[in-house]
Amino acid sequence: MGFIKGIFNAVADPRLFFLLAVGALLVAVWKREAVASNTVGYGMLALLGVFFAFGTFDPNFRLIVTKPDNVPIVGLIFLLLFFVWYSIREGVLNDRRIAAGNGPIEKAESDRVWVWPDLVYTELISLILCSVVLIVWSILLKAPLEQPANPANTPNPSKAPWYFLGLQEMLVYFDPWLAGVVLPGLIIVGLICIPYIDKNPKGNGYYTFTERKAEITIFLFGFAVLWASLIVLGTFLRGPNWNFFGPFEFWDIHKLAALTNVNLSEYVWVRALRTSYPSMWIVRELPGIILVLFYVLALPVILAKGLFKRYFEKLGAPRYYVTAFLFLMMMSLPIKMLARWIFNLKYIVAIPEIFFNI
Amino acid sequence: MADTKTVAPKEGPATQFWNWLTETQVWTSVFRHERPNTDRNRVLVMLSNIFLHLHPVRIRKSGVKLRYTWCMGGLSFFLFLSLTLTGLLLMFYYRPTLEYAYTDIVGLREHVPLGIMREMHRWGAHAMVITVWLHMFRVFMTGSYKPPREFNWSVGVIMLVLTLLLSFTGYLLPWDQLAIWAITVGSNMARATPFLGHEGPGAQLLRLGDVPLIHAADDARFALLGGTFVGEGALLRFYVLHCVGLPLGIAVLMAVHFWRVRKDGGISGPM
Ligand code: HEM
Repeated sequence: MGFIKGIFNAVADPRLFFLLAVGALLVAVWKREAVASNTVGYGMLALLGVFFAFGTFDPNFRLIVTKPDNVPIVGLIFLLLFFVWYSIREGVLNDRRIAAGNGPIEKAESDRVWVWPDLVYTELISLILCSVVLIVWSILLKAPLEQPANPANTPNPSKAPWYFLGLQEMLVYFDPWLAGVVLPGLIIVGLICIPYIDKNPKGNGYYTFTERKAEITIFLFGFAVLWASLIVLGTFLRGPNWNFFGPFEFWDIHKLAALTNVNLSEYVWVRALRTSYPSMWIVRELPGIILVLFYVLALPVILAKGLFKRYFEKLGAPRYYVTAFLFLMMMSLPIKMLARWIFNLKYIVAIPEIFFNI
Repeated sequence: MADTKTVAPKEGPATQFWNWLTETQVWTSVFRHERPNTDRNRVLVMLSNIFLHLHPVRIRKSGVKLRYTWCMGGLSFFLFLSLTLTGLLLMFYYRPTLEYAYTDIVGLREHVPLGIMREMHRWGAHAMVITVWLHMFRVFMTGSYKPPREFNWSVGVIMLVLTLLLSFTGYLLPWDQLAIWAITVGSNMARATPFLGHEGPGAQLLRLGDVPLIHAADDARFALLGGTFVGEGALLRFYVLHCVGLPLGIAVLMAVHFWRVRKDGGISGPM
């Protein structure tokens, strides 16, 4: 038993956890024909159910999972897994029909039906089921109420509400001005931009995967991997001092995490050139500034000539540059994560003089 | 010619009562059509009822299926309505001041027998965040944001943000440790807003001679909290936003959203 728990604790490490989530997405997309089977879908849910059932016998696991505000997130994990699988499955089924020349199932169901009774009854039943679930949930689980607010007593860990824990997790890798302001702003802007930069006329109004491979894969990466898995990580696996704790691990306040992160400027000046830091910050940070400018300004142009040539031609310059910018901003998180894990990199640009750290 | 006798089918008391009821003056003054079991009356029922009139009269077969919509938009709307109702009831008991906020919640907990309004409100709020997210995911996976529905997708994104803000502002109101520290962690981010937060990059550049224009007592975080920490000002601000400002905003956008679903040709489907 202890051995199995040890394996789960090790696998839940942020690095492995994140890489596994990426791996799972790639497998789901690549092997979608196999993933689309009911055995895989319901089997996955059943395994997850067994895991949670097994977990509740462990006091540490039970403590964190049954915290009233965390219960919805347990539900969210199941719902999300189900709906990601389900939408991929419906896409695969439609793709088979399209390949056979039958068109998507939605096409075959284009004829109109009466809203009364066909739709209003579905709505009524959903509404009743939803009310029943909500009422039973409310009877079984009491809303939490802790000690009265006390500004002098900071709890450890202090966590934001669960839907912002992905952002709080980003604070490990970025300063607040990026993780808390600029990147969330770009998420909103990016979402609003989606319909205006996606020029693919196919896949409008029906499930499909093959006709929208890139769009769906990128969206799933943002939605299921970056957003959802980081919320799960932030909720269940981050304890006091935002240290990592495995699902079966005791939240020890005194757990020490080695903090040996190094700025890019140290790599350049101290370790590579073996000199001391230049006194002017603009010189000190020049390598990092050049790197960031390259990433934001030059890389889209280079990609337009090379790897993304196809998209540049399809989208036209304005759409392409907006897309490339948003895409690179999204990728900045996994890139910074990898840089932290592999090189212990803290900041690429560090100008504490004006609170400007990247 | 022999008289032929027509025999009416036997009607039980329930049917008789129903027939009588639907012919009374009161009933016919409310419902201006007969029972919706003929095509004509199926049209009339949708057109003569303001609530049902959110719907079209007829709709694509694929669009009524749970398989397609997961009913997630509808459930988001239903949860919003139920949150409005339970929230209204909670407002009868809750006073947003440092003196009463916490004790009013304790009162709801301790003194109301079988009370579940607070639970319904809290779990309903969690559920709405989840259903809105899944709704967005469905709309993406069916490609329903593509022309002509681009604008409605954008309206949706704003409603998603408002849903999160509603949930966030509500989180503070119980005024317990969970509440103020979650809001402290969340609102500390505003400190780092570029140019507008006193610890944000560029804020130092905004100064008149020696006088900084952006400091702890006038920056973005101060505007959010009505103070330099999560205190009385923040409680009042969050209460007003939570109970009036944000619900009004999202209700207006929902009207736009539903209107546009219909104007854009109803639930999406292949051309
Ligand atoms: C407060 C939250 C929201 C409510 C109450 C709501 C409600 C609805 C409802 C009832 C529908 C009809 C079809 C269905 O049920 O799926 C719908 C459709 C739609 N929603 Fe939302 N929605 C919300 C948020 C969003 C968000 C966050 C997005 C996207 C970012 C969005 C984009 C759309 C689009 C594009 C349609 C048309 C879909 C189609 O024709 O297939 N909505 N919404």
